[in-house]
Amino acid sequence: MDAFLTSRPVADILGGLTNGVIYSLVALSLVLIWRSTRILNFAQGAMAMLAAYVGFAILAPTTNYWISMGVAVVAGIVLGGLTERTIVRALYGKPEINPVVAMVGFLLVLESVAAAIWSTVSRSLPTPFSIVDWQLRGRPVAMSPFALYEVVTAVVVMVVIAVVFQFTRVGLQLRAAALNPEVSRLLGVRVHRMLTVGWMLASGVGAITAVLVASNYFTGLTPTTMDGVFAFGFIAAAIGGLDSPVGALVSGVALGIAFQFVGDYLNSNAIILVALGLLIVSLMVRPNGVFTRRAQRRV
Amino acid sequence: MIGVSGLSVSYGAVQALRDVSFSAAPGKITTVLGANGAGKTTLLRTISGLVRPRAGEVTLEGDRITGTHAEDIVRRGVGHVPEGRGVIAEFTVEENLRLGSLIVRRSRAERQAAFERLYGQFPVLGERRRQSAGTLSGGERQMLAMARALVAEPRVLLLDEPSLGLAPLVTAELMSTISQLCATTGLTVILVEQNAKSALRIADQAVVLYIGRVVADDRAEVVAADERLRQYYLGLVE
Ligand SMILES: Nc1ncnc2c1ncn2[C@@H]1O[C@H](COP(=O)(O)OP(=O)(O)OP(=O)(O)O)[C@@H](O)[C@H]1O
Ligand SMILES: [Mg+2]
Repeated sequence: MDAFLTSRPVADILGGLTNGVIYSLVALSLVLIWRSTRILNFAQGAMAMLAAYVGFAILAPTTNYWISMGVAVVAGIVLGGLTERTIVRALYGKPEINPVVAMVGFLLVLESVAAAIWSTVSRSLPTPFSIVDWQLRGRPVAMSPFALYEVVTAVVVMVVIAVVFQFTRVGLQLRAAALNPEVSRLLGVRVHRMLTVGWMLASGVGAITAVLVASNYFTGLTPTTMDGVFAFGFIAAAIGGLDSPVGALVSGVALGIAFQFVGDYLNSNAIILVALGLLIVSLMVRPNGVFTRRAQRRV
Repeated sequence: MIGVSGLSVSYGAVQALRDVSFSAAPGKITTVLGANGAGKTTLLRTISGLVRPRAGEVTLEGDRITGTHAEDIVRRGVGHVPEGRGVIAEFTVEENLRLGSLIVRRSRAERQAAFERLYGQFPVLGERRRQSAGTLSGGERQMLAMARALVAEPRVLLLDEPSLGLAPLVTAELMSTISQLCATTGLTVILVEQNAKSALRIADQAVVLYIGRVVADDRAEVVAADERLRQYYLGLVE
C-alpha cells in the first residue's frame, strides 16, 4: 500500500489533481459568465490577479493570511460588479468581436496598472499550511498539507456555487435570467441585477483561484501570474462546453492529470502541444463541448 | 380593471398599434381578436411593460402604469402568459412555479400550500412536479404557464393565444378553466385568441383589431352575431 501511494503514477495523479482543480476553478468562472452574458471574459485572470494584490499587497504582508484572503475575495466581487456595470454593460447586443476586443484590452490595462503600482517583481505570499510533501516511510507522497488545502478549497467553492445555483432564490433567478431573460422579467426577476450578481460570483471565485495560484512558491504573485493558468482553464472550459459547469470541473481536473503524465513520461515542453491538440480534436468532434447535452443547445 | 387609452406603438417604421382604446373589467373576460399581425401580442406586451408605447397610456385601477418596468408591473398584480407559453424547459415543473411565486412574500409552508392548491386544480402538474418542463406535452405546458402566473395571485391575467397548438377538446377544457377562474376570483382577464369561435363563447367583451386599429369593441354576443365582423375580420365564414 505504501509503495503504491508513493509510486510514480499515483504521484502524477495527485500532482495533476492539485493543478487540475485550479483549471477547473478558472473554467467555472468562465462558464458562469458565459452562461449569463454570452461573453468570454478574457480579463478574468487579470481581474483575479488584481484582487489578489489588493488582499496581499495593499494589506501589509504581515497580517493574517485569512484576512488577506477575505479582502481579496471582496475585492474580486466588487471588481466583478463594477466591470459588469461599466465595461460589459456597453457590450450587450454588440457584434461578437466587440466583447473579445474589449476584454483583451481590459486584460492588458489591468496588467499594466498592476505593474505600475506593484512592479513586476514577484512577491511571495504567506501560506497557511506547509508546502512540504508528506512522507511515508521516508518516501514523499505527492501531496502536501497546502496542496490538500488547495483541493479542499476548490471543492468547497464548487459545492457552494452549486448549492447557490440549485437551491436558493437568487440561484433560481440567476438560472432563469440566463435561460430566458424576457420570461424572467415577466415573472419579476430583475435580470440586469442578476447579470451583475453573476459577474460578482465569478470574480469572487477568480480571486480565490489567484490567491491559491500565487501561493505557489516558484511563481509567487506577479501581474502576469494568472496568464498560463488562465490559458489552461480556458481550454478546459472549451473542451467541457462553455454552457456546462460540470464539464468545466471534470475537464479541468482531467487536463491537470493528463499534463502531469505528459510532463513526467514525455517532456514538460510537450504539455502546451498536447493541450492545443486536445482542444482542436475536441472542437472538431464536439464543437459545443463534450459535456453539453444536445437537447440543451441553442439553435 | 385595465384601461388602455390612445395607445400607439411602433417598431421602427412599422406601426403596430394606432390609437387603441378599450377597458377590461374585473371578473370579466375581455377577448382581443384579429388576424396575424393585427397587433394583439404587441398590445399585451405594452400592457405588461415589455414594450414602450409612442403615445397613449395604460392604467391599472386608475393608476398609470405606462413607463413602469415589466419587473415592477408584475409586482402590481399583472400576470402575463406570453405567446408560445414561455415555460422554462430546463426547469422542473416545480421550479417554474417557484419562479412564478418569487414576487409573493410567503413562508416555505405557505408557498408549498399554494403549490398544492394549484396541483389540486391541475392534477397533471402535481404528478409531474419533479419532471423537467421540457418533457411536458403542449397542453400540459399551457397548464404550467397558467399555473405559474396564478401562483403570484394576480389581479389581471393576460393570456396570449393559450389555445395555440391544442386539440379542440383540450382547448374547450382550458376555456372552461379560464371562465371558472374569472367568475370565482374576480380576476380581470384579457384573452388574445386566433380561435375566435371558442374565445367568443366564454368572453364577456370582445375587441377586434385590424392592422393595429380597433374596429369593434362590444359585448361578445354582439360581435359574434355581426356578419360583417365575422366575415371580414374574424374569418368565421360558415
Ligand atoms: N420586434 C418587432 N420588430 C419589428 N416589427 C414587429 C416586432 N414585433 C411585431 N412586429 C410587427 O408588428 C405587427 C404586429 O405584430 P404582433 O405580434 O403584435 O401581431 P399579432 O396580432 O400578435 O399576430 P399573431 O396572431 O401572428 O401572433 C406585425 O406587423 C409585426 O410584423
Ligand atoms: Mg401574437
